[in-house]
Amino acid sequence: MIEIKKLTVNLGDFLLDGIDLRVEKGEYFIILGPTGAGKTVLLEAIAGLNPIKMGEIWLDGREVTKLEPEKRGIGFVYQDYALFPHLTVRGNLLFGLKQRKWPKEERGRVMEWLAELLGITPLLERSTDTLSGGERQKVALARALSTSPEVLLLDEPLSALDPQHREGVQQELRQIHQRLKQTIIHVTHDFEEAIALGDRIAVLGAGHILQIGTPEEIFRHPNSEFVARFAMTRNIFTGEVRDGDGGQAIIAIGGMEFEVVTELRGRLHASLRPEDILVSREPLISSARNSLRGTITRIADRGATLYLTVSTPLEFACLVTRRSFEELGLAEGGEVYVTFKASAVHIF
Amino acid sequence: MVANDKTGDGGKLRNILRWAAQRRLTVTFFLLGMVILLFIFIPLGKMLFSSSPATLWDTLLEGEVRSAIWLSIYTALIATAVGLVLGVPLAYFLARHSFPGKRLVEALIDVPIVVPHIAAGIALLFVFGKGFFVGSAFDAIGIDFVFAVPGIIIAMLFVSVPFLIDSAKQGFEKVDVRLEKVARTLGASPWQTFFRVSLPLARRSIAGGSVMMWARSISEFGAVLVLASHPKIAPILVYDRLEEYGLDYALPVATLLIIICIVIFVVLRTIAYRGERA
Repeated sequence: MIEIKKLTVNLGDFLLDGIDLRVEKGEYFIILGPTGAGKTVLLEAIAGLNPIKMGEIWLDGREVTKLEPEKRGIGFVYQDYALFPHLTVRGNLLFGLKQRKWPKEERGRVMEWLAELLGITPLLERSTDTLSGGERQKVALARALSTSPEVLLLDEPLSALDPQHREGVQQELRQIHQRLKQTIIHVTHDFEEAIALGDRIAVLGAGHILQIGTPEEIFRHPNSEFVARFAMTRNIFTGEVRDGDGGQAIIAIGGMEFEVVTELRGRLHASLRPEDILVSREPLISSARNSLRGTITRIADRGATLYLTVSTPLEFACLVTRRSFEELGLAEGGEVYVTFKASAVHIF
Repeated sequence: MVANDKTGDGGKLRNILRWAAQRRLTVTFFLLGMVILLFIFIPLGKMLFSSSPATLWDTLLEGEVRSAIWLSIYTALIATAVGLVLGVPLAYFLARHSFPGKRLVEALIDVPIVVPHIAAGIALLFVFGKGFFVGSAFDAIGIDFVFAVPGIIIAMLFVSVPFLIDSAKQGFEKVDVRLEKVARTLGASPWQTFFRVSLPLARRSIAGGSVMMWARSISEFGAVLVLASHPKIAPILVYDRLEEYGLDYALPVATLLIIICIVIFVVLRTIAYRGERA
């Protein structure tokens, strides 16, 4: 468990003001904030790499505020991984282990176990500059885990990866978290990453914590402009993804089932943009795989467009133009059909 | 360039001229570059070939010549070693910290490069002579600088350590601070971080700077002349012979000195830049 009390950091350009956080043992904690909110500064302060002006940091009941970084037991993975370029992958993994007064075989055993865990055993003799982004990420993770840190800090660990690798690494992070029961604090500016991985999320803006809660709470009741703007532009659901009868993927959300396109299975999240939903008065015959009946419960007028909230009873935010709205004669309480393609749903 | 058969030689010439005209910058720079290269190589080359190998060998067998050359080599090495121990920490400090007056300190470090070395020698003489407390303090522990080997070493150190400090500082500046931070989170103390991360990553710049410093030390004349013209380092021996006996007598010593310097310089550079990719 890590507790941060009234943490204040002043680095000239960056100010963190009175940060209070409490992360439970084994929790996957996300700090979500836009670029420039001071996320890296906060992580470096927790690790003891930045001088702090005021406040306290407690790790499992012992105060570490004044402790040097090497004595804190906090692991760190930087955004671009910061692998030691003068060492091989093996050398990188052994770096932290060499600081311990363990017998040599013991160190080797731990190193091999970590390499195995992250699937990087074949890379051990490679020089770090020959690795791909995903491989570097795994090496950095293994290296950070080598000292069995009480808390692992991840600074935007996925943002240097291209989108197609991101999903796989995200899964990997989730598995490591579950397998090792590792306490993780992960900072990101990516909402879907935050929802997908976080047990809880803290929203950081301009040096302050704006909101702390489960992903559900944060996105249903945002109290920051930054989150609210995002939450408005996405329908976000949590559900169970499994194989359907015809080999397609199905996500079950609150007793309802939708067809989606994904290779992933298990408890996952779905996002759907309001502009990808068709609203009609009659059932549509089309190639779109998902169609259901609902009632308009709220209308938010945005001028040329309107946001409709349709309860099926699952609530969908749908975007329609003023012209469609008038031609269809839509009104609050009216019955409509909402239709969307399986491929419009993003599973993460 | 393809010459057209029908146009004959005149056509070829025209083609060459057109080719040159299209590459005016390349041609101009090539010609100017050749001038400076010849300016460097011709005197060195002429010198190497103006003494017969037999004369060079005879000169090398002279005890005075050998001890002067040996003295030059090892005092320059000691000066470089002192420069490493004292200069590298300063270089690291400058690369990692900013403070008011940092620019001034950096400028000050380079001053020995710009002052006339005779003047540098006189300045050192004032401080390390027995009339000043620094000189008398060293005298109390039995270290003399004037007309002594330590004097040669400090003269070399003074005029050549800026090369090492500047190069090492650039090397440390290129080491990502986050690598050092990660090392700390992995349990390394500041000392261990320096020796296991910063120093190995800056080693090429430091090695390169050391070679430059050694080379600059061995070629020093002015400052050493003022402080310790005896025992004689090789450049002073060359100068003495030139003054006393004339060019013919000085030439083989100078030639030997150049050959030995070039050989050692090439070897050291090869070691220092070993493994570096183009």
